[in-house]
Amino acid sequence: MPRVTVETVEHVARLARLSLTAEEKETFARQLDQILAYAESIQSLDTSGVPPMSHAIASGLFRDDAARDARMREAALAEAPDAADGLFRVPRILP
Amino acid sequence: MANELHWLGAAQAAAAVRARDVSAVELVRAHLDRIAAVDGTLGAFLEVTADRALERAGRIDGLLSNTDPGPLTGVPVAIKDVLDVEGVPTTCGSRVLEGYRPPFTATAVRRLESAGAIVLGKTNLDEFAMGSSTENSAYHVTRNPWSLDRVPGGSSGGSAAAVAAGLAPLAIGTDTGGSIRQPAAFCGVVGLKPTYGRVSRYGLVAFASSLDQAGPFGRSVEDTALVAGVLFGPDPRDATSAPVPVPDFAAGLERGVSGLRVGVPWAFLENGVDADVMASFKDALRTLEDAGARTVDVSLPYLPHAIATYYLIATAEASSNLARFDGVRYGLRVDAGDLLGMYGETRDRGFGPEVKRRIILGTFALSSGYYDAYYRRAQQVRTLIRRDFEQAFETCDVVATPTAPTPPFRIGEKTADPLQMYLADIFTVPASLAGLPAVSLPMAHANGLPAGLQLQGRLFDEETLLRAGHAFQQRTDHHRARPAAVA
Repeated sequence: MPRVTVETVEHVARLARLSLTAEEKETFARQLDQILAYAESIQSLDTSGVPPMSHAIASGLFRDDAARDARMREAALAEAPDAADGLFRVPRILP
Repeated sequence: MANELHWLGAAQAAAAVRARDVSAVELVRAHLDRIAAVDGTLGAFLEVTADRALERAGRIDGLLSNTDPGPLTGVPVAIKDVLDVEGVPTTCGSRVLEGYRPPFTATAVRRLESAGAIVLGKTNLDEFAMGSSTENSAYHVTRNPWSLDRVPGGSSGGSAAAVAAGLAPLAIGTDTGGSIRQPAAFCGVVGLKPTYGRVSRYGLVAFASSLDQAGPFGRSVEDTALVAGVLFGPDPRDATSAPVPVPDFAAGLERGVSGLRVGVPWAFLENGVDADVMASFKDALRTLEDAGARTVDVSLPYLPHAIATYYLIATAEASSNLARFDGVRYGLRVDAGDLLGMYGETRDRGFGPEVKRRIILGTFALSSGYYDAYYRRAQQVRTLIRRDFEQAFETCDVVATPTAPTPPFRIGEKTADPLQMYLADIFTVPASLAGLPAVSLPMAHANGLPAGLQLQGRLFDEETLLRAGHAFQQRTDHHRARPAAVA
């Protein structure tokens, strides 16, 4: 089982776009180590040839692939922290 | 007083409004008064939509002379704050969505309102439905109406507490790994997790998309069946909603349980069940036998791996679903110079500890080098758990367990130890992983506190669960008990 270290948490937090405090990193490393130790039980199971299950029901309720006007642009933009000219506005992306 | 309006069941209330014995406005007012009287103590609601409710009740009363608004005419309902109601804040119990007012209404809510129901407000929950105690709400705790120093369960704790305390005859919750059934058990009410796909998830904020399902709480099976008939059915706005016919649940309720085979996985129940809960469970099984059912021992050998499987799959899906809360489109934004800084700070400030813990765990399970060993393997064990149930249903019609291994625990008791909190879901996650419907029914109190009998059924066979539950309630009074702590 991989040991979860503060470095592991830092790496995963970067992937998840989460800035964590030093204290959070310590706590999560300890707790995740504990949770993964518990989850280790499934490693010993023989799963050869068992297909993975991604959904409970293979549903197929699809509507026609037709463009519709949802008439929601204004309402959606009204909820944004920052919007301009019919668009969401974000901080500078390129340095 | 037995005839207080706020203790009327949903079926009774709808009948009374339709017969014009009571107006929808009077009924809504009685519940708003009840909320004003006890919710300061209880904390079941995050937002009470009093004006909207009274306005709609008035409209229903006006319609009655020439139309029948539907089976839930005038019936107040509380909505877990993870389902959208246009113009009413949706917080998901999180700071990250503070101030957000959705521009649309969830299909589940729209169906209720189309059947004449009146939304009273939005109920408290664990942040993004992640938790088993409602203590993870960013806003406040909800207390168990039976014992104010205990949790109501979670994550739909506000909905369960509201129904138990007479703040609403009906409530809607969501269940990803037990979030309807466990709070129903802890608060002494009926909670139904439908088959995955039964209820549209349009307008439901996603936690784990292969598991999430909305469903009803009621004080009786009769009321729960009534609202299930309204909620269920396919929706073109949700491709995962199932195009499966919805039976007339009320018509089938009285058919009894003669010959019903109740499977009990005794080996799985051997360890870790509180002695009082076990005594109450055995008593409940005897009641079903007295009503004509037969119990059979069934084997579900992979269930001990359900918690590990569930917490890998659910967190992986959550880490993906919660990527959308990034300060761009709604709710909180914390500025920190550039875009990446803004993402990171918004999410660190906006999410509480349990949500961050699950995002980290889920991102880890999906990350390069660990995907096969954790996420993919969990998906394979999920198949094995599904097969366990398929095999069991060859010799039985429903599988019975206690809903939770213990009575409601004390506020604060498990918050320091996430793994202990996860283990409280041991009996509810298996049906979630398999996609099966399951109901929790109030059984005899365990050491003075509510406890639940869980019945799990075949895919899309809610009818058998409701019929068995109704037969159980015809022979028991557990669902008629009222919590003294908020009398």
